[in-house]
Amino acid sequence: MDGFSALYIFMLAAFTGYEVISRVPVILHTPLMSGSNFIHGVVLIGAMVALGKADPDEPMQLLLGFIAVLLGAANAAGGYIVTERMLAMFKAGGRKREGAQ
Amino acid sequence: MTYNWFVSASYFAVAVVFILGLKAMASPVTARRGIIWAGFAMVAATVVTFFIPDLRNIGLMVLAIVLGGGGAWYLGKTVKMTDMPQMVAIFNGMGGGAAAAIAGVELVKGTEYGAMTSTLLVLGAIIGSVAFSGSCVAYAKLQGLMKKTITLPQQNTINFFLTMLTFGVGLTIGYADNPGGGEIFFFFLLALALGAVLVLPIGGADMPVVISLLNAFTGLAVGFKGFVLGNPALIVAGIVVGASGMLLTQLMAKAMNRPLKNILFAPITGEASGSSGPVEGTMRELSALDAAAVMRYASKVVIVPGYGMAVAGAQHKVWEMAQLLEEGGVEVMFAIHPVAGRMPGHMNVLLAEAGVPYDKIFDLEEINADFAQTDVTLVIGANDVVNPVARTDKSSPIYGMPILNADQSHNVIVVKRGKGAGYSGIENALFYKDNCRMLYGSAQEVVAEVIAHVKTLEA
Repeated sequence: MDGFSALYIFMLAAFTGYEVISRVPVILHTPLMSGSNFIHGVVLIGAMVALGKADPDEPMQLLLGFIAVLLGAANAAGGYIVTERMLAMFKAGGRKREGAQ
Repeated sequence: MTYNWFVSASYFAVAVVFILGLKAMASPVTARRGIIWAGFAMVAATVVTFFIPDLRNIGLMVLAIVLGGGGAWYLGKTVKMTDMPQMVAIFNGMGGGAAAAIAGVELVKGTEYGAMTSTLLVLGAIIGSVAFSGSCVAYAKLQGLMKKTITLPQQNTINFFLTMLTFGVGLTIGYADNPGGGEIFFFFLLALALGAVLVLPIGGADMPVVISLLNAFTGLAVGFKGFVLGNPALIVAGIVVGASGMLLTQLMAKAMNRPLKNILFAPITGEASGSSGPVEGTMRELSALDAAAVMRYASKVVIVPGYGMAVAGAQHKVWEMAQLLEEGGVEVMFAIHPVAGRMPGHMNVLLAEAGVPYDKIFDLEEINADFAQTDVTLVIGANDVVNPVARTDKSSPIYGMPILNADQSHNVIVVKRGKGAGYSGIENALFYKDNCRMLYGSAQEVVAEVIAHVKTLEA
């Protein structure tokens, strides 16, 4: 990709991120941090490409690529389940009454 | 790096859904939908990636996905809600580590890149490594594995030189034609040390801000990796998270009235308050029975939850007590400080879990004027966020932080495990005030006792 097109993507994505978050209520700060934590878990596909293009005869490349995919998958799966669990509590609009146990 | 048409189109759709999902997550009504959309997009992105032509090491790849994804899924599924902040920290660190490891593969391969790609490759490696080791330290602190904040002598000088050295070494090997394994190893060691050294001295209420900052860092690192690998979906997702994470970090820092540079370079330490002298007066105890009576016959009770409630897992009991009081005609409200717990919104999540309706939960700005008309403020496991020293004592490290004005209510009851100082190690002047009584014990047991007494009062 040529450098300047990438710079434009960087800039537009930065403004998008800023806009998307700018009016978020405090109540959602933690779930949102967790949610964005999940979204950068897409690093997994980058890791898959890195491992997929690694030379099978070079153990160092394989090891690092393996670590990258392992960590990336953990970021994505863990980020999803944690966020989903947090947000599931808001499902009933916070009106469920049977809470006490 | 070229992808075929199918893969590229899918990645484009994935990027769009990520942004829509994040946008949906910014509103309570649509938040759950947002994460589910994003989840589908992530699965799609992963599946589609297998269709990239000439991909090797597929077996190893599947093994890593199953191990990493499965392990993290299990951990995330079984962890207690109370421990969510450190889970966010550790999963974020793994993302940073993945970005750094990708850079490692590229450096070891010694592929020749242009100046801009090489620079971003190295920057991504440094930022990813910092996010990884920093998050690990943050995890250790929140999990209670590391109790103390460690400040090195000349901390800021060390930070500065370590940063310079890391960037220097990084750019040197980034531009080198074929850097040696030892040099690459040394570079990553430096970057990892930098992350640890940056986060080690930070503690107390500053932790959530740091986690948010590290989250933004990982986003940036992922974005830079996207450029190196020529993958726009990675760029978009990474930079969107980087930018929104930076904004979220600033919002949190602002809520605490602590500029980001103070958080990073002038951490709160308990000793700093020594200059203000010891707080005058004594702490007075009261029994669970008295507490029950005072609240039962009050007309308005405000509950201020803090990390102590989270640790004790007392949110269900607290809500049970609040409902009981409401049945007796007492008006009950919950007041949540922006940084109560270890993360903004942490208390909201826990109270939502217990079933407390939104309309009973109030932010600092919404409720602070109400304290003067409140009969009883019940502080459960919160400390620094109700410390009036933040308003009065210029020498205090938390001076200027907005606090809940619990001290202005007619009576204050503080539920606390013991007599020690708060998480930041600062003495709380509220505990020594005439209108304040201490109720010692674990939040769970104390509140259960109060509930029992309220019930006998009814009978």
